[in-house]
Amino acid sequence: MRGPVLGLFAVFAPLSLVTVGGGQTVIAAIQRQVVDQHHWMTAPQFLNAFAISRMAPGPGSLLATLIGWQVAGFWGAVAATLGIFGPTAILIYGVAVVWKRHQGALWQRALEGGLRPVAAGMILASVYVLLQSLDGGWLAQAIAFASTAALMASRVNPLLLLVAGAGIFLGLHGNG
Amino acid sequence: MADAPVPATPAAPQPTALQLFLIFSRIGLTSFGGGLSGWLLREFVRDRAWVGEEEFLNGLSLSQALPGVNVTNMAIWIGHRLLGFRGAAAGVAGIVGPAAVLIVGISAGFAALSRFPATHWALDGAAAAAIGLSASMGITTALRVPRRWLPLAIMAGTFVAIGPLHQPLVYVVLGVGLGSIALEYARLRRG
Repeated sequence: MRGPVLGLFAVFAPLSLVTVGGGQTVIAAIQRQVVDQHHWMTAPQFLNAFAISRMAPGPGSLLATLIGWQVAGFWGAVAATLGIFGPTAILIYGVAVVWKRHQGALWQRALEGGLRPVAAGMILASVYVLLQSLDGGWLAQAIAFASTAALMASRVNPLLLLVAGAGIFLGLHGNG
Repeated sequence: MADAPVPATPAAPQPTALQLFLIFSRIGLTSFGGGLSGWLLREFVRDRAWVGEEEFLNGLSLSQALPGVNVTNMAIWIGHRLLGFRGAAAGVAGIVGPAAVLIVGISAGFAALSRFPATHWALDGAAAAAIGLSASMGITTALRVPRRWLPLAIMAGTFVAIGPLHQPLVYVVLGVGLGSIALEYARLRRG
């Protein structure tokens, strides 16, 4: 076992609990701790790990796993993964248990009904932000709209749409 | 007015923990470009009908508002609904485990691949298509917001604050969320 395994857990566990609405919000905080404070990675190394986490499938927070692996090998990856996913996993599990036990309670229906419009606004806002940050201009936006329409109107397999999107981009860039 | 104690999934056949693990693994491993929660809606509500849409959207609202990675929260929520603790464990292990192994296993390969511009084009295209998953889920959720002016205004306000106005997510969720819950509580008490 090499490197600061416990330190990795100690960095990611608190960050886990301030992650609201998706992992992207804590990237800057992760960089500050991993690069500036602990000097576990250089800035280019961090940027590279971030790029890989964006390219790879799965939750974006697997960035933590990758950092753990690069800093301290297997146990580093395990510690960082448990840190970033563990505390909130326990929290939501507790909520799920309480929810089932008190199904239909007034406070529960108030929470569900009250949070529904907030969640809808959050999801739509994240779509808006994603659309703004898309590389590829109008073509990327057209693909996004077409894929939305296809998913709403049919039972097409999403993977097929991802492959088609990748293929269209490759084809156009390859020929242009 | 009947969303109180009715269990939403009537007689849909129950999945096993292994089945859950495999489905979540597949989603974790194929979700290039994000939109993972959209995959879950597709897979569990639309295709298999293991989870009712209302049940799913209630879990989604909580997953959004509580800290944590949304898709991991949803995996635990869905897993627990279907199979209790074993289901929740299978869900989180499936969505995180295999994808974590993959990202480490091929990180060296990804670094090499990222030198080719074609890799970026392909991933940009996939990411564009993946927005459809988030967007269709957003639309589904928005369509299930009660057609009263208050919830609709709260939805629009949340969107504008986080989207075009770039307000910090945490404060918006805390401020608007608590206000919205209080209003809904008052409405339910009255009615």
